[in-house]
Amino acid sequence: MRVNFTVNGRPQEADDVWEGESLLYVLRERLGLPGSKNACEQGECGSCTVRLDGVPVCSCLVAAGQVEGRDVVTVEGLADFAKQRACGSTCGTPLDEAKQWAAKGQDSQTGEGTELSPIQQAFIDAGAVQCGFCTPGLLVAADEMLERNPNPTDADIREALSGNLCRCTGYEKIMDAVRLAAARQSEGV
Amino acid sequence: MPTTGAPTKITQGSQTKGGIGESTLRPDGTLKVTGEFAYSSDMWHEDMLWGQILRSTVAHAEIVSIDTSEALAMAGVYAVMTYDDLPTDVKNYGLEIQDTPVLAHGKVRHHGEPVAIVAADHPETARRAAAKIKVEYRELPVITDEASATAPDAILIHEGRDDHHIGHVPHPNIVHRQPIIRGNAEEAARRADFVVKGEYTFGMQDQAFLGPESGLAVPDEDGGVHLYIATQWLHSDLKQIAPVLGLPESKVRMTLSGVGGAFGGREDISMQIHACLLALRTGKPVKIVYNRFESFFGHVHRHPAKLYYEHGATKDGKLTHVKCRIVLDGGAYASASPAVVGNASSLSIGPYMVDDVDIEAIALYTNNPPCGAMRGFGAVQACFAYEAQMDKLADEVGMDRVAFRQLNAMEQGTIMPTGQPVDSPAPVAELLRRVKAMPLPPERQWESSEGADVRQLPGGLSNTTHGEGVVRGVGYAVGIKNVGFSEGFDDYSTAKVRMEVVGGEPVATVHTAMAEVGQGGVTVHAQIARTELGVTQVTIHPADTQVGSAGSTSASRQTYVTGGAVKNSCELVREKVLEIGRRKFGSYHPAWATAELLLEGGKVVTDGGEVLADLAEVLEGETVEVEAEWRHRPTEAFDLRTGQGFGHVQYSFAAHRAVVEVDTELGLVKVIELACAQDVGKALNPLSVVGQIQGGTTQGLGVAVMEEIIVDPKTAKVRNPSFTDYLIPTILDTPTIPVDVLELADDHAPYGLRGIGEAPTLSSTPAVLAAIRNATGLELNRTPVRPEHLTGTA
Amino acid sequence: MDFLRPASWEEALAAKAEHPTAVPIAGGTDVMVEINFDHRRPEYLLDLNRVTDLTEWEVGQDSVRLGASVPYTRVMENLRAELPGLALASHTVASPQIRNRGGVGGNLGTASPAGDAHPALLAAGAEVEVESVRGSRLIPIDDFYTGVKRNALAPDELIRAVHIKKADGPQQYSKVGTRNAMVIAVCAFGLALHPETRTVRTGIGSAAPTPVRAKAAEEFLNAALEEGGFWDNGKIITPSVAKQFADLCAAACNPIDDVRGTASYRRHAVGIMARRTLTWTWESYRGTAARTEGVA
Repeated sequence: MRVNFTVNGRPQEADDVWEGESLLYVLRERLGLPGSKNACEQGECGSCTVRLDGVPVCSCLVAAGQVEGRDVVTVEGLADFAKQRACGSTCGTPLDEAKQWAAKGQDSQTGEGTELSPIQQAFIDAGAVQCGFCTPGLLVAADEMLERNPNPTDADIREALSGNLCRCTGYEKIMDAVRLAAARQSEGV
Repeated sequence: MPTTGAPTKITQGSQTKGGIGESTLRPDGTLKVTGEFAYSSDMWHEDMLWGQILRSTVAHAEIVSIDTSEALAMAGVYAVMTYDDLPTDVKNYGLEIQDTPVLAHGKVRHHGEPVAIVAADHPETARRAAAKIKVEYRELPVITDEASATAPDAILIHEGRDDHHIGHVPHPNIVHRQPIIRGNAEEAARRADFVVKGEYTFGMQDQAFLGPESGLAVPDEDGGVHLYIATQWLHSDLKQIAPVLGLPESKVRMTLSGVGGAFGGREDISMQIHACLLALRTGKPVKIVYNRFESFFGHVHRHPAKLYYEHGATKDGKLTHVKCRIVLDGGAYASASPAVVGNASSLSIGPYMVDDVDIEAIALYTNNPPCGAMRGFGAVQACFAYEAQMDKLADEVGMDRVAFRQLNAMEQGTIMPTGQPVDSPAPVAELLRRVKAMPLPPERQWESSEGADVRQLPGGLSNTTHGEGVVRGVGYAVGIKNVGFSEGFDDYSTAKVRMEVVGGEPVATVHTAMAEVGQGGVTVHAQIARTELGVTQVTIHPADTQVGSAGSTSASRQTYVTGGAVKNSCELVREKVLEIGRRKFGSYHPAWATAELLLEGGKVVTDGGEVLADLAEVLEGETVEVEAEWRHRPTEAFDLRTGQGFGHVQYSFAAHRAVVEVDTELGLVKVIELACAQDVGKALNPLSVVGQIQGGTTQGLGVAVMEEIIVDPKTAKVRNPSFTDYLIPTILDTPTIPVDVLELADDHAPYGLRGIGEAPTLSSTPAVLAAIRNATGLELNRTPVRPEHLTGTA
Repeated sequence: MDFLRPASWEEALAAKAEHPTAVPIAGGTDVMVEINFDHRRPEYLLDLNRVTDLTEWEVGQDSVRLGASVPYTRVMENLRAELPGLALASHTVASPQIRNRGGVGGNLGTASPAGDAHPALLAAGAEVEVESVRGSRLIPIDDFYTGVKRNALAPDELIRAVHIKKADGPQQYSKVGTRNAMVIAVCAFGLALHPETRTVRTGIGSAAPTPVRAKAAEEFLNAALEEGGFWDNGKIITPSVAKQFADLCAAACNPIDDVRGTASYRRHAVGIMARRTLTWTWESYRGTAARTEGVA
C-alpha cells in the first residue's frame, strides 16, 4: 500500500508498504530516517519515540497505514521543531540564512556546525550520551516534557522519562541534562 | 619486548587544551543527538537482502531432517542455507574453544540455536520462508545443572572433546576447573572462633544492550566480503569468520559500525558469519537485524552460579580462612567460560587478606543458554557471595560490618590467593571509609504536603503503598576486579598515529581498531593525542581491520591498553617530529640539541617554556606516521593444581553503600541511593569516568532486584526473552548515584590510570542485597531477589 | 494482509461485518507487538484511528460514556474526579508513550487478565457498548470476560465505548509489578466504595484466568459495614474486618505460577492491596463525611 504523511515538516510518500509494517520501519528503511531506533519493537524501551500529531508515541507500535495524512516529528527534525517553537510562527528561515547554513557545511566526523535544540545540546554537555542508542527517543520525550512542564521536579522528570530505557548511563547524567536544559530554557539562553 | 609504560620525565602537553584530565565532550555526541550516527542496524545498501535465522525450538535434540524446499520455492527468497551448505571444513567458531557450530550439525544443544539461514528481499518474506523450513527433531533429555551434567551416565554435551582443558577436568561436561590452594585452610579453620557457611545463587543476567545484534555484509568484487558490524573486537571476529568462509583474512574487510552498547554481549560472534555466508552465496549485500526476542538467543549471558562458602574469623575479627566452591553454568558452548572460571577462582575471596584458602571454580556444559562475557565476569558472582559472608561473619564476631571489612582489607603488598602480590595502591579500607562518610539521604523523602508521592516509594507509579510497610535499610559492599586479559594472554593493542598540516594547522589522526561501544574511548584517544602531540585538532579514524588489533573492548582494558598504544605511538611520532625539527631548524637555536623538548599548544617548546618553532612550520611538507603495537607487562597462567601464578596485570576497586526502602508486606524495593567510591588511578576524562561508574552501578542494581533470564529446568527453554518480562531498571528504579573518585596512580600503567568499567558492577549488587537484608532481617541467599522471596511466597 | 481504513464508525462496522476475522487496531499497543514478533498474521487489519468518535467522551448524569480509543493519558488528566479508580489504573499503564496511544477499548478487546483497566472497571461498575451492523448492545462488565483472552464480543462486533458509573465515593487502585514503572501487572486490585447504595465493589487483575470480582469479600464487607453502622458513624473499620475482607479477596484469586510471580505471592499481594485500598478509601470516605458534617 501507499502511505502519505508529513515528517519533520516535509510531505513524504512511501510505496509498496507491507500492511504489517510499523511507522518505525517506514521511517528507518523507506524514508532514510534511521534516527528513531529499534531496540525492542514492543513499546518497552522508548528508543523509537516520535511525535505523532504532537504526541510522543512509540513508532514501533503505530501501523504504517495509521499515519496516513498525519504529522510526524523525529529526532532528525527536533532542532528545527524546537527552533520554530522558540520563535513562534513568525520566523521562518530567510533564504539567505538557509544558503549560508548550507555553505557552512558540516564536519563529516563530528557533526560540528550542526544546529541543535537546547535539549540536544544539554545531552552532549552533561555527558548523557554514551552508546547513544536510547538518546533519540529520550530527546524526543524530554523535549516534549519541557514543552509541557518547563520547570520539572526530579520526580516529574523521572516519571516523564520512565518509558525510555537506557543501559549505559544509570540515568544520572540524563537527569543532569534535562535539568540543564530546563535551567537554560528558563534563563532564556 | 613489552613496554611497561614507565612514567616519562616530562609532563607533556599540560598547556594544550582538551588533553587528558579534562572532561572533553564526545566527538560523536552531535551525530548521536541528531540521529545521524550510523549504528550497525542503520546500514542500508541498494538491492540489499534481509537475512533471517531459523532457530531451534527445543534445547537438546538430534536433528532427524531439514527440508528447505518450500522456503526456497518462495518468491523473493534468494538463498536458504543449512550446515550442508557451509563452504569449507571449518564449521565451528568460538573465542577460545571452537565448539560452536555456525549452523547446527546433527544436533542442537540449546534453545534458540541457529539451524538455517534465509536471505530474502523483505524481512517479512525472510520470516515467512524461515517458518516454512521443516525441521524434525528427536528430543534428548536436557542437562540443566551440576548433578545432571556430572552424573556418571550423563549424555555428553560435546563428544570427543580435544580442547586443552579436557585433560584436567573431572568430567567432559565440565569446561574448565581451576582450584586455588594456598596455606592450609583446614588447619587454619581450627584457629577460627567463628565460622559461617553459606550457599548462594546468582541468576542469569543479560547484557540487554539497547542496540540489538545487526550488520551488513557486502560482497566485494575480488570475491571477498566487507562487513559493517557492531562488535567488541574486530580482529577476534575476523579470525573466526574468515576460515568458515574459506577466505584469507585480507579478503574479509571489517568496519566498525555504531555500537549500541555491548557489556560483554558482543564478544562472541552472533550474525557476522551468517550475513557473510548469505552475501557470498547471493552476490548481494545482506543485512541482518535481530529483534529483541532473537537478541536474547543471539548472545551469551552472564553465567548463573551456585556458590558455596565457608569463612572463619578469630574473636578479634581477623579472617582465618576461606573455603569456597563456585559452580558456573556455561550452557551449551564454551564462549568465555574458561576465563570466567579463572576470574571467579582468583578473585573469589574478594579484596581481603587471607593466608589460608581452599578454592575451586568450575564451569559446566549444560543445555542451558550459552553464557560468557558480561561486565565483571566471574568477579561479579563471587562478590555477591563473599560480601554476604562478610556481613554474616561481622555479625557473628560482633563487629561493625564496615569496620570488619576495613580490618581485613587488602592493601598494597598483600599477597593474593594466587601468590601474586598486589603491587599498586589498593585503597580498600579508604574506599569503604569514603562511602560511609557520605551523608545519608533524608528519611521519608516521599512525604509531601499533598500526601505520599508514590513515584518515590516502592512500587512507584503502581500505587501500592503510601508508606505502609515501608522500612529503610542500609548496606555496604566492596569488590575487586582484574583489569585486562589475564593468565598469560598476549594482551596488546595497536595504534596508528599520523601528524600533518591541514589548512595551515597541525592535525593528528589516530587510527585504531578499538571498538567504541559507548564507553568513550574515542574521546580519550583524542585527549591523549592532544596531550602528547600538543595539537588541538585530532581526527579519530573509523575503526577497521586496516590497522592492527586493538584487543577487546572488555575487561576494563581499553583505556589502559589501547590508550597505552595511542600514547606510545604518539611518543614515537613526537620523536620523529622533533627529528624533523632538528633537521630543519636545529642550526637556528642550540636548544634543539640540548633541551628537553615538548609539543605544546601547536608549538615546539623547551621544558623551560621557550618556543622554538610552530608545529605547522616543522611539519610543512611532511607527514609523520607510526603504527605500533603496545603491550602491558606480561602475565602468566595459573597452575592447574594450585592456582598459583602472576595471572593479573592490574586490579580495580570500588565500594558501594546502598540505601533502600522495602515494602516489607509486598516485597517491593525502592533503592533510594547507591553511593560509590572508586579508585581510578587517574581520571583521563572525569565526566566519562563518573558516567561509567553510574552505569555499572545500575547494572548491578538490576541484577539485585529484577534482572533474570528464567530457564525452565524441565525443558531448558528460555521463558522470558523479551523486554516485557526481562526487566531492566527504568529511570524510576534508579536512584541518585553520588560518586567519589579517588586517584591513586598505578605506576605500571599509562598516566597511572586504572581500568574502571567493571568494578562498580561488582559491589553494587551485594550492597543492595545487604540493604534489603538490613531492612527485612531475611537471609536472602539469591539474586535477583524477587517479591516472593521477601514475603515467604516463593 | 489487508489494511482497512474506515473513515467513520458506520464504515468500520460494515468492514467488520464483511470481514469478521479483521483485527481492529487503534492504539496498536497490543496488536503491533503481536505483528512485530510474528505471533499473529491477521488477514485484515481494521484501523480505527480515523474514527474520531472513538476518542471522545461524554460525562452524563450517572455515568461517563468513554470512547473505546480515548487514550489513558486523557483519562488521567480529564476524568480523575468522575472515574478516580480508572484514572489511577490508567496511570499505571506501561509508559507515557503507551498511555498516549492505548485506550480502554484495547484492554477490553484483548481481554488479557493482566489488562490494567479491568479491575477499575469491575469495581466502578461498567457496561461495554458494542455494536455491529446488526445493532448495538450493552454488555455488563461482569459478563464481558469469558475466558483467558476471550470476551463476549460476537465476531462482527466492535467496541464503541464503555459506560462507567461516575464515582459516588472514593475509589482506589493498586498494581504490583517488579519494577517501579513500565511493568505488566503481577496482580492488581481495584476497590470502589458506593455510599449511595452502601455497597463496595472490587476488581482483581492477573490473579485468575479472567479479571474477577471478589464477590464473597464484597458481601462480607457490605454486611459488616451495614451491621456496624459504619456508613453512618464513619468509624475506623476494625482490623479484624479489614483482615477478613483481605483474606476473602485473596481467596477469590485463582492464580498461576509464571515468570512474573508465583501463585502464592499473587494471593498474598492481593490480600495486602485489598487491605490497603480499603484503608485508603475508607479514610477518604470518613474525611469527606466528616467535612460534610462539619459544614452542615
